[in-house]
Amino acid sequence: MALFEARELHLRFGDRVVLENVSLAFKAGKLSGIMGPNGAGKTTCFNVLTGRYKPNRGRVLLEGHDITGRPPQEIARLGVARSFQLMTLFDEFSVFENIAVALPATRARGYDPIGQAYADPALTWDVQQILESAGLAGRADDPAKALPYGARRALEIGVALACKPKLLFLDEPTAGLGSDGRARLADLVRKLKGTLTIVIIEHDMEFLFSLADEISVIHWGQVIARGTPAELKANPWVGASNLGRLN
Amino acid sequence: MAPGRLVPTFTPAMLVSWLLFATVPMWIERVGLYQYLGVEILIFAIYALAYNLVLGHAGLPSFGHGAFFGIGAYAFGLAQFNLAASLWVGLAVAVLAAGLGGTLVALFISHRRGIYYALMTIAFGQVFWFIAIKAHSITGGEDGLLKIERLPVALGIVTFDLRDNTALYYFVLAVFVGVSLLLWRLVHSPFGRIVKAIKQNETRARFVGYDVWRYKAAVLIISAALSGLAGGLFSMAQTSAFPDVMSLHYSGYVVMMTLVGGGLVSFWGPVVGAVAFFLARDMIGALTTGWMLWFGLFFVALVLFKPEGIAGIFAGLATRKHKTTSAPVSNPQPQER
Repeated sequence: MALFEARELHLRFGDRVVLENVSLAFKAGKLSGIMGPNGAGKTTCFNVLTGRYKPNRGRVLLEGHDITGRPPQEIARLGVARSFQLMTLFDEFSVFENIAVALPATRARGYDPIGQAYADPALTWDVQQILESAGLAGRADDPAKALPYGARRALEIGVALACKPKLLFLDEPTAGLGSDGRARLADLVRKLKGTLTIVIIEHDMEFLFSLADEISVIHWGQVIARGTPAELKANPWVGASNLGRLN
Repeated sequence: MAPGRLVPTFTPAMLVSWLLFATVPMWIERVGLYQYLGVEILIFAIYALAYNLVLGHAGLPSFGHGAFFGIGAYAFGLAQFNLAASLWVGLAVAVLAAGLGGTLVALFISHRRGIYYALMTIAFGQVFWFIAIKAHSITGGEDGLLKIERLPVALGIVTFDLRDNTALYYFVLAVFVGVSLLLWRLVHSPFGRIVKAIKQNETRARFVGYDVWRYKAAVLIISAALSGLAGGLFSMAQTSAFPDVMSLHYSGYVVMMTLVGGGLVSFWGPVVGAVAFFLARDMIGALTTGWMLWFGLFFVALVLFKPEGIAGIFAGLATRKHKTTSAPVSNPQPQER
């Protein structure tokens, strides 16, 4: 059974159909990719899967339980975290606090109005582990807004990791990164692969094909193909589209 | 295991401000001012600190906070007339009534943000103000509630009379110390940091698992309750309660105090703002009846050229001094003062 499933999702904005009968399944421990041209509906699909939009039709299942239409905070608490294509950080906070505030341990004490927020050494240790895995060790006290672009991208993923998810959605994590940044990010994702289930939307085909176990191609709001990277390279639909510029 | 990060419960700024306020009755008349002014300043400092929880810490633009201050003022008087002639009962009822008003408003507006939130607070403020004017049998209408007594502080074996302004000042100072300590802990607690996170990025806060509207509601309720406490103290200080404290322009005063003082960048900014506001009222007011025109112009200039307020000016000076006396530091972390 897949860890996470979308069954025949349908979403429209006014009279415009944005997603049409989209079915996806993400297996536990695997890295799945979603690709497609600009405006294909990839991010909208993420937004439906993570609770930002409620689909007009169809179901979203996490470990077999129906979570369709549940709000993002409930889905996050069930173990689904995401990063955003447009950087969505707590800019006035330090790097440390960006991670700390997203930890379930902080959330569990969320209505404590008197206690120290981050005095627990176990929490500090947790933050440091995440910063190290995100390649941000040594930057804990830097303000998030003062980080260089690549480090902000890493922090974007770090905040999602801080939620201790079973399933991590990454929305175009390489957007705006140079080749060095992409290589560092690929290393990070490679390290995470196997430790949790990951779904990535990505334009960088080389990045995606080198990491993904399975890829779904979305175009015009529909899944037009799916398979392993090798299968997709041989797929005539993909070849005929502007996604076929693969080596 | 790495050490945790602690925020001290008492800070030098806190202790200095408390001590400074404690000396006020000793010299305020010598500089040509009067004891009651100190009482007013402290009450509005409590009100502005409570208000800044919503505006500065949570980033929620409330422009109808006078309603909660006014509810507290009326509740104190009504409790005294109808429940018990006890200071503690009066203040408790003021807090509860304003908290209840805050809860009612929060239920309607906590799912909103930005301009919609602001407009809803104005609308609710006007509703409460209108009720205060029209419910003549309860509030006394435009005539207000008169003959509210300054009840003594009963502490079991000892009782302190508050009819003298100096005694009332020290009682209000004790409340101010308690409220500022409580709010200081609150903004540095897990709850406070989550509220701060929500202010910066509501969307991300939801996606890391927070029920954003509950936090926004809780902040408004706490702020309303403490504003009600300030209102209760105010009705006791002026021995009456009037609907004008609930009006839109009165609600604007606390916004001005908070922004002029620098509530957006400093915990103590609203206190600085309350002091500046009342000194301007009395000192400029001694020269011209149009003191608000000059204070308003000062407010406009501050918003245009130094939106961080008076506290921001001092912070800027301190940073400049620090830069000239120490080696440059990359990526300095902003500190809450």
